[in-house]
Amino acid sequence: MKELTHLDQLEAEAIYIIREVAAECENPVMLYSIGKDSSVMLHLAMKAFYPEKPPFPFMHIDTTWKFKEMIEFRDRRANELGIEMIVHSNEEGLEQNINPFDHGSAYTDIMKTQALKDGLNKYGFTAAFGGGRRDEEKSRAKERIFSFRNKNHAWDPKNQRPEMWKQFNTKIHKGESMRVFPISNWTEKDIWQYIRRENIDIVPLYFAKERPVVYREGNYVMVDDERMRLEPNEEILMKEVRFRTLGCYPLTGGVESKAVTLDEIIEETLGAVTSERTTRVIDQEAVGSMERRKREGYF
Amino acid sequence: MRSLLRFITCGSVDDGKSTLIGHMLYDAKLLFADQEKALELDSKLGSRGGEIDYSLLLDGLLAEREQGITIDVAYRYFTTDHRSFIVADTPGHEEYTRNMAVGASFADLAIILVDATKGVITQTKRHARICALMGVKNLVLAVNKMDLINFNEVRFTKIKNDFLQLIEEFRLESVQAIPVSATNGDNITRKSENTPWYDGLALLPYLEVVDIGHEQKQNEFLMPVQRVSRPNHTFRGFQGQIEAGVVAVGDEITTLPSYEKAKVKSILVTDREVQSASAGQPVTIQLHREVDVSRGCVLTTDQNIAVADLFTAQILWMDDTELEVGKNYLIKVGTKIIPSTIVAIHHKVDINTGQHLVTDKITKNELATCDIALSEKIVFDSFDRNEALGNFILIDRITNMTAACGVIKEAVLDEKNVIWQQTDVTREVRAEQKGQKPLTLWFTGLSGSGKSTLANEVEKRLLSFGYHTMLLDGDNVRLGLNKDLGFDEIGRIENIRRIAEVAKLMNDAGLITLTSFISPFEQERRKAQQIVGESYIEIYISTPLEVCEKRDVKGLYQKARAQEIADFTGISSPYEKPTNPHIEIDTSNISLEEATDYIVKEVLKALA
Repeated sequence: MKELTHLDQLEAEAIYIIREVAAECENPVMLYSIGKDSSVMLHLAMKAFYPEKPPFPFMHIDTTWKFKEMIEFRDRRANELGIEMIVHSNEEGLEQNINPFDHGSAYTDIMKTQALKDGLNKYGFTAAFGGGRRDEEKSRAKERIFSFRNKNHAWDPKNQRPEMWKQFNTKIHKGESMRVFPISNWTEKDIWQYIRRENIDIVPLYFAKERPVVYREGNYVMVDDERMRLEPNEEILMKEVRFRTLGCYPLTGGVESKAVTLDEIIEETLGAVTSERTTRVIDQEAVGSMERRKREGYF
Repeated sequence: MRSLLRFITCGSVDDGKSTLIGHMLYDAKLLFADQEKALELDSKLGSRGGEIDYSLLLDGLLAEREQGITIDVAYRYFTTDHRSFIVADTPGHEEYTRNMAVGASFADLAIILVDATKGVITQTKRHARICALMGVKNLVLAVNKMDLINFNEVRFTKIKNDFLQLIEEFRLESVQAIPVSATNGDNITRKSENTPWYDGLALLPYLEVVDIGHEQKQNEFLMPVQRVSRPNHTFRGFQGQIEAGVVAVGDEITTLPSYEKAKVKSILVTDREVQSASAGQPVTIQLHREVDVSRGCVLTTDQNIAVADLFTAQILWMDDTELEVGKNYLIKVGTKIIPSTIVAIHHKVDINTGQHLVTDKITKNELATCDIALSEKIVFDSFDRNEALGNFILIDRITNMTAACGVIKEAVLDEKNVIWQQTDVTREVRAEQKGQKPLTLWFTGLSGSGKSTLANEVEKRLLSFGYHTMLLDGDNVRLGLNKDLGFDEIGRIENIRRIAEVAKLMNDAGLITLTSFISPFEQERRKAQQIVGESYIEIYISTPLEVCEKRDVKGLYQKARAQEIADFTGISSPYEKPTNPHIEIDTSNISLEEATDYIVKEVLKALA
């Protein structure tokens, strides 16, 4: 019997979880953010049910401020794969012209969090897959794979259901729901390696290309459409940039890069995670140890 | 390609658990540069004279502890050239036993820390016990703070032997004792010069090579079915993860619990068509013929798997409310979820000493051995033989909380087993299984008062609420059980006695019994109440004689007036009105629905 690689094991775990939801939850949905983690999750869902299509719809919470290329990618992929893609926006927020320039954190709350809750309520979804990973942040590191949410979609970290083996408790009362994180145990490195191994299609914004940008607070912000507001001293430049994470374009910083292939991106991204952190500690020794780690084959 | 090792660390903060993990990550260069630098800076600010305090790496945890959420498991991830690791940090305190169990359930290996200056303590035993319960088969005993005992080999050997003795009762695949100093880094990533007498590997190199899960408990193919995929009428695939063995196209497998044989027609590992697949892989299997298989069934080549409805298990109680014998819980075994009942507690296991204590009370974080009865026969196996079909959770049906987790020791196949003696499966156990309080709803009233119609409606309503009921009336009793009885006084008394006895048996079976008989005499009704006991609820349908006679649905009053029927209640024989019925209703002026509403409302109060 051959031993499974760690990617095989992570894949098997995620597929098991996705199938459990399909088998046990009444009305599941897979949240789709168009980013790389979502692309991996979508890929896993396609594999989990093959030759059947995933027996649940996908939902994108659209703030209407996403990069145009993201929306094109979303629609193209949904079409190619033949899956149902629900797009939900907070209509009230749109009417009130809630935008990232004037409303700051209220924008995120209204156009993302609130929109998500409304979307889930509107369709009566009882379980929602999310692409969250435990290595992302401390609170996620504590969250169960099947994360119970009350009627207000709230998580109670002090009262989580014990989660043993592969015995997931999916039982809920009316109005309550589950958030399910099939890639909880994946690290960012696993995600990129899996994208390469499986040749998963990702948004072209991850690849370097000459794009119109302005330089703002240490980042290149892309001028994706005419709604972009420029500060008095800002001018639009053409720079070869790419994006490590994707979100609303006015809030997403790009980096200068020449990486145009998946391998180059992986090389650069994995390196970048460290160098990005290293730059915060301006110290030659630390940079040196970083190099040493690279030599030792850490990445 | 690298493999994945999931492990857990057990020990209290004082044992140096955080320092151990922190030092391992630091020495193995598994930290990002900024984390490393921050650690060095933080340590300088600390009180340890500028030496690095590796436990600060887990500082986030400590901060969270102040907010009260670190009672829970946290996962961290790292990779070396040889392996990928996921480590679950679990709380060591007894009060968080269930959270430690969450971490242990997912681990292949556990590092149990012991302070060399203290040796094996009660807590060590508890940690080993929980790990063993949850199926951790590989242990590392890290004897820490060796620097404080001058790397004394004799002392180390004593601790090691104490530990080996302590875990003797558990079935393990590997045990390795390593002398370490988490603070100074001895035997963490490199062999230490301070322990020339130690001939094993340092901790991290050991974790990189330790062989996990190759001691296959059983090699027969086994796959619990997660779901059946039917994208079109030509494809019917059984989806699941192979839990043991290998399967190949053309193999003959058995379906359980239906015991059908079929050949494997095709195998998909995710979206790839393959000729064979093995343990750990997610597959979709098509068989060459139609079989009766749905979620919760098992495809296997193993002939020794139990299909039964009763087993003995060791459980860890995790709910705030205490275990109730006889209460109904949902159980999830493999991929099957069905109602179940804990029918008997054998004993409680002292989590620290392992001592067996006889008790009928199990509270949060306690271990117990008990018998669990299932509502139908399902496929399961002992945990030792087959982890995936041998572990389970119990779910509280009201709160939906995961009330307990457990592992199956063995099936109880012998029907004559002590468990099924009357003392164990009581009226309460049966009632609990149905989730209701058994009652006898004794409808009494004149002929034509509406008793039977109402009893019928009330039964329908109760049934629609999910209650389990049985209606006894003239039709099903007089024509069968009491066929031999006449309508004279002796016959009538015996008739009521038998009905009361049957109602009581039905109550014992956990059912709500509805009886609909005129039962005109107070003395007979008191007798019935005596037989039935506390469950007796008298419902007097007090519709007056004039109304009943006017209705005269069956034309009996007419016959009685014409003296064609003797001793007809209300005409030629008295009806003694109940002096103190539980429920009374006159149907003269209200609709059937209103009357039913009223009675049901009152009955629900009695059921609450």
